[in-house]
Amino acid sequence: MASHTQAGADVVLWNASADAHDNISARTYGFWLYLLSDALIIAAVVACYAVLDNPLNAAGGPLGNQFLSASKGLVQTFLVLGSVLSYSLATVALKRGNKLGVGLGMVGAILLAVLFLGIGMGDLAALSAAGNGFARSGYLSCFFTLIVTHALHMGFGILWMLVMLVQIGVFGFTENVVARLLNLRMFWQFQASVWVVVYIYVYLFGGAH
Amino acid sequence: MQVAVDGPWTPLLGRLSLEAIPYTNPILIFTFAIAAIVGLVVVGSVLYFKKVGYIWREWLCSVDHKRIGVMYIILGLVMLFRGFIDGVMIRTQQAIAIGPNSPGYLGAAHGYLPPYHFDQIYSAHGTIMLIFAATPLLTGLGNVIVPLQVGARDMAFPYLNAVSLWLTVAGALLCMISLFVGEFSNATWVGLMPFAEMSSNPGVGVDYWMWALQVSSLGTTFNSINMIATIVKMRAPGMGWFRVPVFTWATMATAIIGLTAFPVLTAALCMLGLDRYVGTHFFTAGMGGNYMLYINLFWTWGHPEVYFLMLPAFGLISEIVSTFSSKALFGYPTMIAASLGIAGVGWVVWAHHFFTMGMGPNLIGFFSAATMIVGIPTGVKAFNWIFTMYRGRITLATPMLWAITAIVLLLLGGITGMMLSASVVDYTVHDSVFVVAHFHCMVLVIGAGIFAAVTYWWPKVFGFKLNETLGQWFFWTFVLASVLVFIPMFQAGLDGETRRLDYLFDTSLRPLMLAEVTGMGMYFVSLFCFLAMLVVSLVKREPAGQDPWGTARSLEWLTHTPVPFYNFAVTPQVHALDELAWRRANGLEKAQPERYVPIHMPSSSGLPFIIGMLSFVCTFALVWRIWWLAGASLLAVILLVIIRSFDKNEGYVLSADTIAEMERKLHTVSLIAEQSKVLPVGGQVEAH
Repeated sequence: MASHTQAGADVVLWNASADAHDNISARTYGFWLYLLSDALIIAAVVACYAVLDNPLNAAGGPLGNQFLSASKGLVQTFLVLGSVLSYSLATVALKRGNKLGVGLGMVGAILLAVLFLGIGMGDLAALSAAGNGFARSGYLSCFFTLIVTHALHMGFGILWMLVMLVQIGVFGFTENVVARLLNLRMFWQFQASVWVVVYIYVYLFGGAH
Repeated sequence: MQVAVDGPWTPLLGRLSLEAIPYTNPILIFTFAIAAIVGLVVVGSVLYFKKVGYIWREWLCSVDHKRIGVMYIILGLVMLFRGFIDGVMIRTQQAIAIGPNSPGYLGAAHGYLPPYHFDQIYSAHGTIMLIFAATPLLTGLGNVIVPLQVGARDMAFPYLNAVSLWLTVAGALLCMISLFVGEFSNATWVGLMPFAEMSSNPGVGVDYWMWALQVSSLGTTFNSINMIATIVKMRAPGMGWFRVPVFTWATMATAIIGLTAFPVLTAALCMLGLDRYVGTHFFTAGMGGNYMLYINLFWTWGHPEVYFLMLPAFGLISEIVSTFSSKALFGYPTMIAASLGIAGVGWVVWAHHFFTMGMGPNLIGFFSAATMIVGIPTGVKAFNWIFTMYRGRITLATPMLWAITAIVLLLLGGITGMMLSASVVDYTVHDSVFVVAHFHCMVLVIGAGIFAAVTYWWPKVFGFKLNETLGQWFFWTFVLASVLVFIPMFQAGLDGETRRLDYLFDTSLRPLMLAEVTGMGMYFVSLFCFLAMLVVSLVKREPAGQDPWGTARSLEWLTHTPVPFYNFAVTPQVHALDELAWRRANGLEKAQPERYVPIHMPSSSGLPFIIGMLSFVCTFALVWRIWWLAGASLLAVILLVIIRSFDKNEGYVLSADTIAEMERKLHTVSLIAEQSKVLPVGGQVEAH
């Protein structure tokens, strides 16, 4: 019922129907806020990278343009985007309530993400083996931190997907499960956006071809 | 790759050994004895009165926003006491150690504290006062007040709210245990780089400071998310954005700061942690580290953090000034604009904390000007309060006295702040106690706002008022103490006393030091008055009515006193900015709902408490580099979160009959309270 500016006889003082807050909406909004705060962590690390991407801070060690490969990074980018696409197909299946479709989409997303992480971590290991580990210079410290921060997000997302696979099996598509799947979709796209920023800023602007 | 540590390390206990316990330091032994006695009395009385189950069920497992708020406030008051004692030690040390030939006691060259110990004390004082006293006190007040002011049943995420509380407690515990196991940071509350790096600070002190800050700031970030979601999503029907009470608006602005600024601190501390634990070179001297990067990151958080504390205090003062002037707040829209403006400008002033560290005239000019701009919205607020009081019917009750004092202190702190924002002045007085006196005036504004708010909202939460006479004693002794400590400090700063030094070179400062230490003594008197106020009020327990001050205006005063756990039996429909004032004007303030509908409430849960304590164990293990324990407790936290996601318990439903029964009882309590209010004002309420 509409509110009144003047108190008349028909003034509504209590609203018994007001308790029905949209649960999924509040949770989604809260998750957006969390993503915002997480984005600021990433922003801080990227800002540090911008400061430390400098021969002075390389301390005689290599800068990105001496070891980064934009084409290899492009392969990784396609893996990340493919993983997001796979998860998106899962959410299409979710619309139809298709358990198998959701499961397959998520497994696909996990496999592509694991492949991505394999390439990324392999690169870091090779860099360390060549004597250019994270303790070599301020620049490399920040480079490793940036890549690992993104990788940790990915690892967390993979863990979340594994839990959700079990929950879909146990509970089916209950309100809670659906809310989590939708938040996970945002999270997965968020980590992909982080990678795109890293790829553009680190690999394309700072790296070699 | 792990950074090598000084001294022994074992896989089982990490760096922890008996030598970590400072049993040779008489000051710490005395502190430990006091803490042990207080702890035993508390635990003993809980056991004696058989309240273990009650405390576990009703408090530690609670997800009720009011209980969580009260626990935040208790934590804040305990830590305020600890921070105060640190302050007393700083002042007494400097009062004794005046001049190069001043005597030394207890093995110190001057005074009674060796420099290394003195450094830890002022580092702890700053960290505790800002992070573990002011922050929990304000977060607690926000927790109690905001859901009531917006007419909600609880916060948007009650369970996350409890997690936030226990993460903050974990940080505070870490601070406290550093007294008796190991040491605290000696690198100031901001962490000076590269001094806080492993090369110059190989002990566990910096680790304690770092993890305490880290774990509690996680809690603060979660709380900010919760606050914003509550204010955006949980408002009662009819409460458009321009009917949101001014304190809730201030909390909104503060939560936006918390959400956006604290992650930067998280990142900066993570980098420092990587430097100290695995040997990266973010902030080291050499190897490509950049220690100016740290100070920029830190103050990118640190300056918004100042406003994070300031804005809720402004909101509290606004509510109180309006209530005790019996008038609507003057300039409500400008008040909101000012809050959001301060929050916004707070992002572009951080470099004024290090004007003297070499940044070039253009940057100095920008940050100097940006800092001065902060004065505009702050001035708007000060004038709005004054105009609210103008031609109002002012009641000088204790909350109002605190609020007026806050305005005066804001003027004092603000004008000295404007002086410091001019970089030429800052070059002269930087790192002198003039700066210390300036920001203490500002944090005293926060303090005054908190004391005003605790007195003002106390009856709403507990159902009885605090004793007015002793409240005024507390107020006047506190104000006198503040004047005695901080006015001479401005002078000492202008006379060249540097901050953070364990002794004074200039014997002519002795009278000022004696005035300051007298003020510290006065603070003890005010502490006594505060405790007496609590005890006397608890014993007397004069019941307070629905609106104990008679002139309150906002929604939270509409429900019963004390507030039932479901807040409002039926959610109120909001018709005006000051809903209660509107209902009073229309003769509707006594109206009760005719019928009740079932209410859905969240179930309490012990998991947040367990997660908080596991976080404490994890960070403690990280401080001492006990890798297995840190890993195990972190894993346990992750597993608990996963297990909880399989929990199908989605709260419980309170039936309409139960609510009707509870409401009937609460109504009787209110009637009794109203009866006692009929007695002549100022007269003694005696039992007949």
